[in-house]
Amino acid sequence: MSKASWLRLIVAALVITLGVVVVQAQRTQVRVADDAAEHTHVAPGEHDDFYAFLSGGYSGQISVVGLPSGRTLRTIPVFSQWAENGYGYTEETKPLLMTSQGFLAWDDSHHSQLSQTDGVTDGRWVFINGNNTPRIARIDLSTFETKEIIEIPNTGGNHASPFTTENSEYLVSATRFSIPYPQQDIPIADYEGNFKGMISFIAVEPDTGEMSVDFQLLMPGFDYDVSHCGRGPSHGWCFFSSYNTEEAHTLLEVNASQRDKDFVAAVNWQRANECLADGAGESVAARYAHNMIDESSGIASHEMLEEVTLLTPEACSGVVYFLPTPKSPHGVDVDPSGEYIVPGGKLSATIAVHSFSRMLEAIENGAVSGDAYGVPILEFESVLAGEVERACLGPLHNEFDTKGNVYTSCFLTSEIIKWKLGTWEIVDRIPTFYSIGHLLVPGGDSAQPWDTYVVALNKITKDRYLPTGPELAHSAQLIDISGDRMQMLLDFPTQGEPHYGQALPAELVSENSLRIFPLAENTHPFAAKTEDETRVERDGSDVHVYMTAIRSHFAPDVIEGVKLGDTVYFHVTNLEQDWDIPHGFATYGMEGANALIMPGQTLTVKWTPQDVGVFPFYCTDFCSALHQEMQGYIRVSPADSDLALSWSVGE
Amino acid sequence: MNAPPPFNFAGRMLLVTVATVSFLALLLLLVPALAQDEGEALSKGIGPIESVELGPIDETLVAAGKETFELLCTACHKFEERYVGPPLHRVTERRSPEWIMNMILNPTQMAMEDPIAFDLLAEYMTPMADQSVTEEQARAILEYFRSIDAELPDETP
Repeated sequence: MSKASWLRLIVAALVITLGVVVVQAQRTQVRVADDAAEHTHVAPGEHDDFYAFLSGGYSGQISVVGLPSGRTLRTIPVFSQWAENGYGYTEETKPLLMTSQGFLAWDDSHHSQLSQTDGVTDGRWVFINGNNTPRIARIDLSTFETKEIIEIPNTGGNHASPFTTENSEYLVSATRFSIPYPQQDIPIADYEGNFKGMISFIAVEPDTGEMSVDFQLLMPGFDYDVSHCGRGPSHGWCFFSSYNTEEAHTLLEVNASQRDKDFVAAVNWQRANECLADGAGESVAARYAHNMIDESSGIASHEMLEEVTLLTPEACSGVVYFLPTPKSPHGVDVDPSGEYIVPGGKLSATIAVHSFSRMLEAIENGAVSGDAYGVPILEFESVLAGEVERACLGPLHNEFDTKGNVYTSCFLTSEIIKWKLGTWEIVDRIPTFYSIGHLLVPGGDSAQPWDTYVVALNKITKDRYLPTGPELAHSAQLIDISGDRMQMLLDFPTQGEPHYGQALPAELVSENSLRIFPLAENTHPFAAKTEDETRVERDGSDVHVYMTAIRSHFAPDVIEGVKLGDTVYFHVTNLEQDWDIPHGFATYGMEGANALIMPGQTLTVKWTPQDVGVFPFYCTDFCSALHQEMQGYIRVSPADSDLALSWSVGE
Repeated sequence: MNAPPPFNFAGRMLLVTVATVSFLALLLLLVPALAQDEGEALSKGIGPIESVELGPIDETLVAAGKETFELLCTACHKFEERYVGPPLHRVTERRSPEWIMNMILNPTQMAMEDPIAFDLLAEYMTPMADQSVTEEQARAILEYFRSIDAELPDETP
């Protein structure tokens, strides 16, 4: 080797070494607590301190994660079919996914929202929005099951949803993509003035949780992005960020980023109620689905509703004001006291905080700088509480603690900054990996945060875990906020996109968790509650099998007399009354998914045999030592067979 | 600093005494077991039921027990023949009332720790299901079993 070659080799080695050192330096600049493992270790058999309900984003579901361990405890299927347990495949659950557009197997879930009493999370329900075909779902936290889904009419992209008022009187919904109202066939270039936004208030029945669209407020055609409702002094108001006040309809990344300020819309829903009581609302035609599971039968109903109450700002003065806000704001959050309204000015390096009390003064003093389609725009300076200068790049969302600190996620600079309300000074920052979107503090968007952790919900994963090909799990990061400085504790992968999440102390949920469905209370019309009640009945070409399952047999497990051309419904009742003893049911060639039947529950699997022959069915959930023996046969005869129906077990 | 202690006569005596007392205690413990082997007392099993007072058969209780039994138990138990679980005829003669109720109320621990229940699991392979029966319901089921067994003819050896 020549002298020059040696030199090149040495230089190359130096460059590589230097590169490694630089990369390592970047990786170690994060403060990881020395005792991080101790903080996050939950000993075998012990439980986590908090439940976190993370949105699954484009998975359409919710995942339940324990904190501080980061362990995934369960997936709750909501807007997407879930083959694991048959949600959206069984006859009982299919109606939940019906909409004005027919049966939909998927949606995009964004913001989980826990129900509140007096502004504090109460552990009764978690709500979540479907963004694509606008809907809101209610999940009962005694069973962790989706119990109800309501469609939101006249809305394109239900993103600013389902944020709650302080007693969950209302959940809100708003148009992210304005659309013609009423829907009509017009040129897309005619957007300006013809496309409208819609803000909806969904009433929640306090005892049952049942949802209804109480009224809709017709708004200018901006993009309404995120929301939060007031509490304490600001109870009665909800705040919605907006962008695209330019009313662009193409290349929004450029055309909707022209103005220095967009708006936060402040909606006074108590004023709206006064106007509605005075008859200012108008009943208008709408088509939207309302689907709900009956508690005792477990069967979902589906109904189409035909009208909704519409309110316009012109018909109700004082119902809505615009607060000028820099620039294309994304999140808008209300601090625990209810005084500060904190937007995330996505394209601004400065965080401008609005004051609720100053807003009321500005309204009273008429500090108005103009209007947009008749909605008064308040003067920026008159509602300003203070500004956090040079905060970070891409501030998106805020959560709070009890000490007056705000934790802001910054997408572009991939960090969380901690700053103080009132003094507006930044007291700490910590890098996150990578490109953080939402963040969560347990109770951090309510009147009572728990000052324990902030969880970074990151959009990009890159090198945080072992590579799994081009597609990677999203990454979340657990950060200790109990001390003066934030300390990184744990990375954990999540399901889908952890778009937003909420957490609460475990005992608020665990103590009410149901273990079984009482068999005696099962009112499913096709339930066989004892083996004596098992039977097979023919109704034209429909064959109904009233079947039971208990360790370790089905009754009946020998079925004959089914003919090609029949549709067979296996209605399987799990007779077990012991916690965590589900049985599964599947049969050869079934087009859906297995049904995982909880103790005391009845679920129905539909089967259309394609061939003549004898076909097995079996239990899919390993239930006992004789699980492998938990099987049966169904015989399918030719269409013209005159074999009578018969069934038996153990004969 | 910590030198080994010198030979301690008192300590050694204590050890011998403890061993002797333990042996005697063990003997005492064995007495009821020996008695049971002679058929004088049936095991009460393991669970919440320590003693049951039996009176004349209470027909109201029998009816309640029959209803619960048919809802929660008949998928696995018949009276005359082996099914998923053992046949139940004469169960009130084979087992104590406490054992029957503990088996209904606490089957998981019984199968692991009670020798009779363990042998039954080994024979039948399917564990007795915990059907979330209340003590009141279990007592009624016991009464139903008593009423069934009372109707059976005496078995001649």
